[in-house]
Amino acid sequence: MPQQPYRTKLAGWGRYPVVEGLEWKSEQLAAISKNATLSRGLGRSYGDSSLPAGADCPVVTTTLADRLLSFDPVSGRLRAEAGATLFQLNRVFLRQGWFVPVSPGTQFVTLGGMIASDVHGKNHHVDGCFGEHVSSIQLRVADGRIVDCSETSEPDLFRATIGGMGLTGHILEAEITMRRIPSPWIWGESERIDNLNAMVAGLKEAAQHWPMTVGWVDCLARGAKLGRGILMKGRWAEPEEAPQTPPPTKHRFRIPFVWPNFVLCRPSIKAFNLAYYWKHVQRIQRGILHPDAFLYPLDALDDWNLMYGRRGFTQYQCVLPHAEDNGPARRFLERFISGGGMAFLCVIKDCGAEGKGMLSFPRPGMSIAIEFPVHPARTPALVDRLNEVVLAEGGRIYLTKDAFTRPEHFRAMEPRLDAFNAVRRQWDPQVRIRSAQSVRLLGDPA
Amino acid sequence: MKAVLLGASKGMGRALARLLAARGARLFLLGRAAEDLERSARDLEIHGAPAPVETAYCDLLQPDSFAAALEEAQRALDGFDTVVVTAGLFATQEELENDPLRTARLLTVDFAHTVLFCEEARRRLLAGGGGTLCVFSSLAGERGRKPVILYGAAKAGLSRYLEGLDHKFRARGLITICVKPGFVTTGMTAGLEPSPLTGTAEEVAARVLKAIDRGWPEVYAPAPWRLVMGVIRRLPRCVMRRVGF
Repeated sequence: MPQQPYRTKLAGWGRYPVVEGLEWKSEQLAAISKNATLSRGLGRSYGDSSLPAGADCPVVTTTLADRLLSFDPVSGRLRAEAGATLFQLNRVFLRQGWFVPVSPGTQFVTLGGMIASDVHGKNHHVDGCFGEHVSSIQLRVADGRIVDCSETSEPDLFRATIGGMGLTGHILEAEITMRRIPSPWIWGESERIDNLNAMVAGLKEAAQHWPMTVGWVDCLARGAKLGRGILMKGRWAEPEEAPQTPPPTKHRFRIPFVWPNFVLCRPSIKAFNLAYYWKHVQRIQRGILHPDAFLYPLDALDDWNLMYGRRGFTQYQCVLPHAEDNGPARRFLERFISGGGMAFLCVIKDCGAEGKGMLSFPRPGMSIAIEFPVHPARTPALVDRLNEVVLAEGGRIYLTKDAFTRPEHFRAMEPRLDAFNAVRRQWDPQVRIRSAQSVRLLGDPA
Repeated sequence: MKAVLLGASKGMGRALARLLAARGARLFLLGRAAEDLERSARDLEIHGAPAPVETAYCDLLQPDSFAAALEEAQRALDGFDTVVVTAGLFATQEELENDPLRTARLLTVDFAHTVLFCEEARRRLLAGGGGTLCVFSSLAGERGRKPVILYGAAKAGLSRYLEGLDHKFRARGLITICVKPGFVTTGMTAGLEPSPLTGTAEEVAARVLKAIDRGWPEVYAPAPWRLVMGVIRRLPRCVMRRVGF
C-alpha cells in the first residue's frame, strides 16, 4: 500500500530554487499518480522544471517504479516503467551489446525524465533526440484516464509529451528501441582547439566522420583565444580493438557536504579551466576509453552540485542558428563574458534536425551550455541579457536547464508554444498538471 | 542457485533479486498481487534470470497460504536451495501507539507469521539437504528504542528465532542469515527523516549477497552499522532513557 504524501524540500540539480513541497514516492506509480500535479524522476533538470507549482500541489517521484517490462533481443524494443534509470539500463544492457539510442551527459536520469526533456547527446547530429526513438508512451492524463499514445494513436498528445516537460500528464511506461553496439568500449579522439572558428569548423568536420562529438570550451579565454577548448570525438569500438572484458564498474567519489560558497570563485574557476585546457598537452590524443569516461565524465563525482555551495548554480543552454562567420556564437560568448559571467563549464555542440517533440529544444545550429553559480541579484539580469542575444539571433533556450528566463522572452523564442498549449488545453482544460516552471513561463495558476 | 523470494517486488527485495538474476540464478517469486508479481518476474528475466520466472500467491497475513506457495515453488524449480524473506510491515511508534488493531497486525505479520513461514521453508530446505534461509530483520530489534518500540520488539523476536535456527541446523547444512538493515531509502521509509549512515537498497543487497555467498549468520547493512550498533548495544539504560533515537 502506498504511503501518504509527505512534506519535504525539493530542488532541481542546480539547487536553486529550493521549495517546500508535497512529495509522494512508491513502487505503485499508477496508483499514486492519480491525484498528483506533476511527476519528477531523479531531479536532474537544473532549474524548476521538476518542482511543484505550489506548496500544496503533490508531486510524484517515479524512481521506485523502475522495472523493465519487456525486451525483444531481435528488434531491440524495450518497454519499462518511467522511473527506470539510464544507469540501470547501462548496467543491464551494455555487456549484452545494447545501448540507448540517445544518451545525455549523465546516466542519473530516468526514462520518464529523458522523454519529458527530450534529451539529446553527443550523437544529435546523426540520431536526433531521445524522442525520435520512443515508439509509445503510457500516460496518466489530467482527468485520471490512462492513455497509450504513439505516432498512430493520439499523435498530438504523443508529440506534445516528448519534450513537454511533464506538463501533458504522468508518464507511467514507455517503449524505446535500443541500439546494437559492437563492443561496450569507446574509441575516442580528442583535439586541443585554439579558437571559436576552429572549434566550430572542427565540430562540423568531425560530424562527417564521427557518430559522437562535443566541444569543451575554456570560457575564460577572450579575444583571439575566445572559444578555445577541446574537441572530443568518439565511436563504439570494434570488438577486435576493444578489451575482451566488459568495462569494470567505476568507483564513484562522493562530495560529502555542501561546500562554502567561496570555493568556486573566479580564481579557482580560472585555474580549473586553464588546467583542463593544458592537461591536453599533445594536440591530439586517441585511444580506447571506458564508456563512463567518455559519456559521463561528471558522474565520477556523486553530488557534485554541492560544490557550488548553498547559493546553488544554474546552467544556461541555448541553440543558435548556423552562420558563416560564427557570429551568433561569438556574440553570445562575448556578451556572457562582458556581463561578468564566469562559467565553470562551457560545452558546445552542433545540433542536427529538429525533433518531433512539439517543444523539443534542439534545432539545426550550435548549442552552447554554460554553467555558473547563482547570485540572487546578478544572475537574473545576466540571463536576461543572454536571452536578448538568443532572441536577436533567432535561437531558443533549453527548459530543462532554465530557472530564470522571463515569460515574455520565452514566448518570443517559441513560435511553437501555441500548438503545444492547444494540445495541453484539450487534455487538461483545468490546468491540473503543472510545475513551478510552467507557472513562471506559461502563466499557469500557482 | 534456485531461490524463492517473498517480497521481491519492492525495495531491498527487488534490489537483491536483481543481483541474483544478474548471476543467472533461477528465481521463484511469492507475493500478494499477481499482476505486480508478473511485472517483477519480467523485470528479473531481463536482468538475467533464466525465463520463465514463475510466481505464486503468498500472503504473510494468511499462514495457510505458505505451504501451498512453497509447494508450488518446489514444483516449478524442481526443488530450491535458497529462501529469501524481505516482506514485512513497518510503522513508527507514533502511528501504532493508539491503534491496537494495526499493532496486532504488525506484530503478527513481522513476528508470528514470518516465523511460521520460515518454519515451513526450513522443513523443506532440510528435507532437500539444507541450503540458505535469508531473512530481513532490522536494527530496530537491537535495543528498545523510543521511535520503534513495537516494530523493534517484533524484529527482536525474529532475530532471536533466526539466531537459534542457525545454531541448531547449521551442522545439518541449513545456513540461516539474519539481515539487519539500518535506515535504507525505500518506499517503506519515504518521508521519514533520513539518519546518518543512510543506505540504498542496492548497497544493502550487495552486502547481503556477500553474506549468502560466505554463509555469514548475521549482516549489518550498510556495513558501518556493525560498529555503531556495537556501541549502542552497550549503552547503559540511563543513557537510552535520555536519548531520542
